[in-house]
Amino acid sequence: GYTNKMTRLENPLISRGVRRYGANRQAKRNGFHKKKVTWKKTAPKAEEAKPAVNQVNFSDRVKQHTKCRRSKAITNPLRASLVPGAVLILVSGRFRGRRVIFLKQLESGLLLVTGPYKFNGVPLRRVNQAYVIATSTSVDISSVNVPDDVNDALFKKPKKEKSAKSEADFFGDKPKAEKTVDPRRKEVQAIVDEPLVKAISAVPNLRAYMGARFSLKKGQFPHALKF
Amino acid sequence: SVQDTMAPQTTEKKKSAPPRLYSRAVHLGYRRGKHKQRPHTSLVRIEGVNDKGDTSYYMGKRVAYVYRAQNKQKGKIRCIWGKVVASHGNSGVVRAKFRKNLPPQTFGATLRVMMFPSRV
Repeated sequence: GYTNKMTRLENPLISRGVRRYGANRQAKRNGFHKKKVTWKKTAPKAEEAKPAVNQVNFSDRVKQHTKCRRSKAITNPLRASLVPGAVLILVSGRFRGRRVIFLKQLESGLLLVTGPYKFNGVPLRRVNQAYVIATSTSVDISSVNVPDDVNDALFKKPKKEKSAKSEADFFGDKPKAEKTVDPRRKEVQAIVDEPLVKAISAVPNLRAYMGARFSLKKGQFPHALKF
Repeated sequence: SVQDTMAPQTTEKKKSAPPRLYSRAVHLGYRRGKHKQRPHTSLVRIEGVNDKGDTSYYMGKRVAYVYRAQNKQKGKIRCIWGKVVASHGNSGVVRAKFRKNLPPQTFGATLRVMMFPSRV
């Protein structure tokens, strides 16, 4: 760490990452232009007892307040209705209207869901909470074992190769790239779905429910519906 | 008929109608006082919402004005996106702001109030 023996004038935060005085002005206020500041490097302490008063220095405070929302440390807090095993309705995207089973929340904050594939064609997939309606129906997924390698990396789309443009490209002769599915995803799909299919089949009508699509009908208004 | 028997017997998969996952709504006009209107905010009446209390579900929901065009851009169907921003008055009307202000031709046109971002 660093120590600074000088005392500082207050520079309050007006907004996230924005302080009342700019860096230069603040330095002038603190008299940095008058004295030459020598920063003494101290040996890092092995165990630092947390002080009662939060002795955070300037740069840390700025970092605190400008923490990037996308950093992995901040995940989307789950809504209370999102319980593992809950039946969700996908509200947008390729599988809109489908009812799926919520498995768990991944590190990125996205939800891991599965159809199961047999019942409605929805594979293991990531979904954002905001595009999902949680129903009160849930399935017991204690028998379901999601393998450890099912994480964001497995689902991440491979980056498109930027090939040099050629005449073939211009005339559209370039053959369409074949969509290949990672074989591991198929394996994992089977592993996850097998016990789930059994659990769902055990409940009367649930299999048909999972296969049915949700749609707003005449006279149905979302604010009045109880999911 | 003869033609029916000669036609190849195919089992057709019944295609169900695409699910409707949005509320229908009407673009009433711009936010306005008696004499001046403010095109940056539109007033929207959502089907089935007749009370100020009912509007809380729709806060933040994305709204789309979907229309057809002659020339193909990304297809012939185009869309102006917006979101529900606040309720307006006591009878369930709602205010919405769009990325581009809705043109006045759309007064009375049907809008789609989507069910996302979902808070349920």
